[in-house]
Amino acid sequence: MSVFGVLFSYLIFPGFIFTAVIGLFLTWIDRKVTARIHWRVGPPWYQPYADFLKLLLKETIIPEGSSKVFFLLGPILGLVSMTILAVMLFSMNMNPGTTFLGDLIVIIYLLALPPIGLMIGASASKNPLASVGVSREMTQYFAYELPFLITIATVILKAGGSIRFGDIILAQQASGPFLYSISGVIGAVVILLSMQAKLGFIPFDIPEAEQEIMAGVYIEYSGVAFAMYRITRAMMLFLLPLFLISLLWGGFGDWWAIPKFLLIIVLMILIKNTNPRIRIDQSLRFFWLGIGVLSVIGLVLAVYGL
Amino acid sequence: MANAKLWGLKKSPWVFHVAAASCNNCDIEILDVLTPRWDVERFGIVLVGSPRHADALLVTGVLNRKSLPRVLRVYEQTPKPCLVIGVGTCTCDNHMFTPSYNVVGPYDKYIPVDVFIPGCPPKPEAIISGVVKALARL
Repeated sequence: MSVFGVLFSYLIFPGFIFTAVIGLFLTWIDRKVTARIHWRVGPPWYQPYADFLKLLLKETIIPEGSSKVFFLLGPILGLVSMTILAVMLFSMNMNPGTTFLGDLIVIIYLLALPPIGLMIGASASKNPLASVGVSREMTQYFAYELPFLITIATVILKAGGSIRFGDIILAQQASGPFLYSISGVIGAVVILLSMQAKLGFIPFDIPEAEQEIMAGVYIEYSGVAFAMYRITRAMMLFLLPLFLISLLWGGFGDWWAIPKFLLIIVLMILIKNTNPRIRIDQSLRFFWLGIGVLSVIGLVLAVYGL
Repeated sequence: MANAKLWGLKKSPWVFHVAAASCNNCDIEILDVLTPRWDVERFGIVLVGSPRHADALLVTGVLNRKSLPRVLRVYEQTPKPCLVIGVGTCTCDNHMFTPSYNVVGPYDKYIPVDVFIPGCPPKPEAIISGVVKALARL
């Protein structure tokens, strides 16, 4: 691929601009559905774009005494990793031959970078409420990552032990999606709930609890840096369901991906709107003792080929 | 560029609520504005938790010696451009607390206030109308 093609794929089509525009549109769908559930009208369709534009043009304050480099590095890490993830997911679904050895591991690390960037940035901001948020974010990260990784191990097992992402998609195209089995359904439930926690949606929005710790990890961010966090969140809202589809539901190479995608998004919004926020210890217990045990059962079932 | 800035600011004013020693009536009316009945998210108005995210400060209550430094500090922490909206008669002219030794006067002695919304407490309709007037001034 030429240099121009590489730049185009990272910056425009599957990469930054495309993912960001679709992701912001999905945040509008989220807000609108939430409003309809509350029996309200809700914001107009351009609302997330107006928010983003406004944040870009506002003053960016760097708090006195904070570490400037790490404070501004936080948002960049998440944004860059999501852009790379978008390119990888699209190229492997459109053309599974572009896979390389261990790219599933790379994707796991790319998915880990936004919370790590958030922790770095927020702990550099020298705010006590932000450090409470960071401690919660860290606990939450360890909580949901364990069942998430066990489920990815289940998928690797079902794909015949391959850690190439393209092989997983090819195996599903050859013998049907992994979702249509007991361990596949368990894996989908586990990944759906982990995604909810990764996105900070309501039962698990403990790190940025607005009523307790005033937006927690985001408290000191304003202007461009905060806009970058919001756009990272929007891109995750687009990419995580795609990741679930390509991991368990046969990839998104065909048009059937659109109803699948909408179903996952609607499920997430419904979970978000019908649950109260839980405490951090409840979240840890839920993910390790509840969902963690469930994911281990899924792994054992996958060993026996169910 | 200036037009885009103005459009963004007008279409998504995020509000931080500075309760500076008010009697809580205006605060309850502000919460009413956010309920499904009035639903200000139609206009992109969202209540945020941190002054760093705010575009408008809703100040309530009579300004006294204890609350003045706090209000000034919150105003300085807010990224500019930001609007200041005084909700309630107390913010306009100290209302019935004028003779008190502890009251240091209306807000516009210390920070630039864009619009005052009188009323004790003002109705939610009055608050929405005040915010619309503040946005029209931009």
